[in-house]
Amino acid sequence: MRHIAIETGADGVAILTLNNADESMNVVSDDWLGEMNAAIVQLRDDAAVTGVVITSGKKAFMAGADLKLMVAAYGRLTVHQAYEFSQKATAMHRALETMGKPVVCAMNGLALGGGFELALACHYRVLADDPKAIVGLPEVNVGLLPGSGGTQRLARMIGVQAALDLLLTGRSLSPAEALKAKIVDELAPSGDVVAAAKAWLATGPSPVRKWDVKGYAAPEQRMMIIPEVAMGFSVGVAQVVDKAGYNMPAAPAILSAVFEGIQLPIDKALSVESKYFAKLLTDPVARNIIRTTFISKQAAEKGARRPAGVAKTTFTKVGVLGAGMMGAGIALISAQAGIDVVLIDRDVATAEKGKGYSAKVFGKQVAKGAMTQDKADAILARITPTDDFAQLDGCQMVIEAVFEDLGIKAETTRKAEAVIPADAIFASNTSTLPIGQLAEASARPAQFIGTHFFSPVDRMGLVEVIMGKQTAPETLAKALDFVAQVRKTPIVVNDSRGFYTSRVFRMMIFEGVAMLEEGVEPARIENAAKAAGFPVGPLALLDEVTMELPVKILEDAAGEAGNTYTIEKGMAVLKRMIAMGRGSRKAGGGFYAYPEGAPKHLWKGLAEEFPVSAEQPDQSELKARLLYAQAIETARCLEEGVIETSEDGDLGAVYGWGFPAWTGGTLSFIDTVGIAAFVAECDRLAQLYGERFAPSAWLRARADKGEGFYPDPAT
Amino acid sequence: MHDVFIYDHVRTPRGRGRPDGSLHEIPAIQLVTQLLEAVQTRSNLDTALLDDVVIGCAQPVGEQGGVLARGAVLNAGYADTVGGQQVHRFCGSGLEAVNNVAGQVASGMAMAGIGGGVESMSRTIMGYDSGAWAADPRVALHNYYTPQGIGADLIATLEGYSRTDVDGYAAESQRRAALAWDEGRFARSIVPVRDVMGEVILDNDEFRRPSTTVESLGNLKPAFAGMASMGFGRVVRERYPQVEEINHVHTGGNSSGIVDGSGVVLLGNAEFGKAAGLKPRARMRSWASIGSEQTIMLTAPVAVAQKALKNAGMTADQIDLWELNEAFASVVLRFMGHMEIDHAKINVNGGAIAMGHPLGATGAMILGTVLDELERRDLNTAMTLLCVGNGMGTAAIIERV
Repeated sequence: MRHIAIETGADGVAILTLNNADESMNVVSDDWLGEMNAAIVQLRDDAAVTGVVITSGKKAFMAGADLKLMVAAYGRLTVHQAYEFSQKATAMHRALETMGKPVVCAMNGLALGGGFELALACHYRVLADDPKAIVGLPEVNVGLLPGSGGTQRLARMIGVQAALDLLLTGRSLSPAEALKAKIVDELAPSGDVVAAAKAWLATGPSPVRKWDVKGYAAPEQRMMIIPEVAMGFSVGVAQVVDKAGYNMPAAPAILSAVFEGIQLPIDKALSVESKYFAKLLTDPVARNIIRTTFISKQAAEKGARRPAGVAKTTFTKVGVLGAGMMGAGIALISAQAGIDVVLIDRDVATAEKGKGYSAKVFGKQVAKGAMTQDKADAILARITPTDDFAQLDGCQMVIEAVFEDLGIKAETTRKAEAVIPADAIFASNTSTLPIGQLAEASARPAQFIGTHFFSPVDRMGLVEVIMGKQTAPETLAKALDFVAQVRKTPIVVNDSRGFYTSRVFRMMIFEGVAMLEEGVEPARIENAAKAAGFPVGPLALLDEVTMELPVKILEDAAGEAGNTYTIEKGMAVLKRMIAMGRGSRKAGGGFYAYPEGAPKHLWKGLAEEFPVSAEQPDQSELKARLLYAQAIETARCLEEGVIETSEDGDLGAVYGWGFPAWTGGTLSFIDTVGIAAFVAECDRLAQLYGERFAPSAWLRARADKGEGFYPDPAT
Repeated sequence: MHDVFIYDHVRTPRGRGRPDGSLHEIPAIQLVTQLLEAVQTRSNLDTALLDDVVIGCAQPVGEQGGVLARGAVLNAGYADTVGGQQVHRFCGSGLEAVNNVAGQVASGMAMAGIGGGVESMSRTIMGYDSGAWAADPRVALHNYYTPQGIGADLIATLEGYSRTDVDGYAAESQRRAALAWDEGRFARSIVPVRDVMGEVILDNDEFRRPSTTVESLGNLKPAFAGMASMGFGRVVRERYPQVEEINHVHTGGNSSGIVDGSGVVLLGNAEFGKAAGLKPRARMRSWASIGSEQTIMLTAPVAVAQKALKNAGMTADQIDLWELNEAFASVVLRFMGHMEIDHAKINVNGGAIAMGHPLGATGAMILGTVLDELERRDLNTAMTLLCVGNGMGTAAIIERV
């Protein structure tokens, strides 16, 4: 055996140590399952063995299945094959818990997903009392469910409601929380988990789980005649819908697996669990979520787009120009990453106000007990607020976050470049101004790059890194090193009006105003966005970003030759709202009214300004317009080379502007629909609503060849 | 088709459906038993002439399960040839039971029977029978299940009814019910309920609050806002995307009251009347049930009214009195609006908002109530109808003979 070692002591206790021969983490794999099955037979048949302790030779106890395997299942496995895949692992767990000898799981470190399901299949669980030793079943977050008995054992161990809370949130528990929740039986110091396991075995425990005792019935087995339990499921369904609409199949599948499973004997229940698992594994949503939010995200963070052959830069001092909301946020995350920050604004008071943002954020964390005062003080001490550009001396990088005005930015650039070292890079946090134009003010355009952070910087994970025409690969490598150091997810795009994220995001808000102009009821527009999976509707978004902003960008762009940054429909709505003094929430109210001490609601005057049509469209049509308008604009970005990879397109969509995660992103959405069907639907939408939906010759050619944006899973 | 006649009707008074209600100690089967006894004694009926007793009930489990009807038949000392049947169409159960007997008689397969309903809400739990429609995640999700109180608020939202509109309707229901009791308009049909010793334990609808005003109702808190905020509000918006926020106008004061009670109707063909020496009071002109959109759940009355009218070959203006169960004020307001019915012609003696709605019993109770009123006013035709759980509706048209 390569991944497992077994050692039986004189006391009759066999220690089964998990020690993955190929990776630093124990994971579920076909090989491992085979070895476990062989080990179980061996332990069962060895008369010298009276009890078993399972522990790990790694720092962590065990993680779950390899997500790369999971993501590959879609399009390759039939639903029945997926069921058998799940049942195979289930059978091993079942063999373990019915082998007739007590088995203890001695978790020396974290146990998540499949790793924790192994623990649940043991007769007793000891967990290291170490803050890193978290446990849980996070499968729901990747669009799956625990398919090796997790839903059934947990529900029988701690009750349906408590189990559903863990299964539906996928949250991990600290050792203390896990003990309280009764999902582990005992905590022991890290080094003593095996000893504690042995001590339990010495008490002569029964090797029969309670559900294998004849006559066992889960308290909720007759749930349909227990009104409180039945009603709990009614509410459970509503909560699932409230959280994710009708787009995410995992949570409903978990509810059903528990609901149906708890009424069945364990083996039938495990089979039903496997069936729901199989449905999820062969659904594109799980594939989409895993591919974008895990595989692509981790690859991007590990430097998928970083030019090779450039030495890694570790930043110790950076300058941030402009202490507004963005500058203040960038200063915060930089200082938090151990970097000294010179935070510059026009006067010291303004710069200090920017630093004050960090003080406020850390103050809250200290109050919550999430950070010590000492640590907060140490981070804050790294930020030097000033109005003196001379302080930028020695900065390896400068991030400019001043007002979005070419003139102001140019002046700031010149003042900074006069001081910073010759090899320092200059990054502009502009969200819309072309990097090429900004670089004109730079004496070293090869060292000039865009780093578009999202607001609020300390909470939004994405950074859109923008290459100007003259930006050197070394500059990109350094910028990506910085992004990695401040623990953000980068995408790399090429220069263009609005770059990638702002350019595509505009299609969302413009589609919203186009609908309003056509006479669609505003509540339908907002509800369509939410039903499609967007966190906020386009009208609410416009109130937040202000209507003046997109109008200004459109007007700035209008003068350029070959400009494609346009709005096809809805400009009249924006201009009318601005003219009425209702251009934003800041202005006191826009599409929404914001009454004091009450929730916002759609402004009653909208019906008068933009009369609603007697005939209202189907919601599916509105949802399609919002999704397709953005997806096809992303395809254009790829066609024009604004983005270079599908992964960047999808990461930007999901993390930049909240494109629904169930789609995996805009390009993944196209692949999910199927590129030929996508183009056909775009043709239909273009005919009904405008040219913005019209597929280009390039896209049509791809559709003809059946060439999507990711490799075809079937090949 | 054979003509189906109504020969008699009795009901219990309604007791508050709580432990302090007068009927709380009376098991559901005793309520039905006492009514069956009353039907027999009122006309010295030879019960061997009856084919079937059908009793509807919205929670047919526990003491209300096991075909309560047959148990009551035997308990009341009826001939043992009389069958028993339980029907469940949620709040339409009592009327559906009447329609069921009517169907048996009309087809010629039975001569006579008793249809009715019972619900001891103080002794069971609302939702006691649960069911896949609301509790099985796959089904509830697929059907956009939403509790019906939210549906009532949704009707108010879509139709634009204000809190004052629904409270105004509720206060009027109380006023009418008080007047009806003061004038003894229910006297012909009320059978006081007796306890184990044979003493009368309740002889009136004790749930009523005659002094209710729009102002006093205005102080009550919305009953269904909390449930909507648990997530059902989002379910509603997935189904009704034109809704931004649900206007929660319904309270305990303008929704039907939780009560205990029972009602039964004696039906038969002409031959039965002759054999039993009874004179028919009315004819069943038509009956119908229907489904409608299930998330809002409560809009079927309009559709079922039209279906019943069509079955009878009648038009709405030929109906003299309407009796629509007051499940929620908005249900009746919507019905009046869509059917263009004058408030003076509907629920003329108040309804479930004032007197209570013993779920499975109400249909049979209010059919009798409107028959009594037709006779009192010397009018001819009436439609009884109810909105029914999971988006259904049940109706019957009667005509005096």
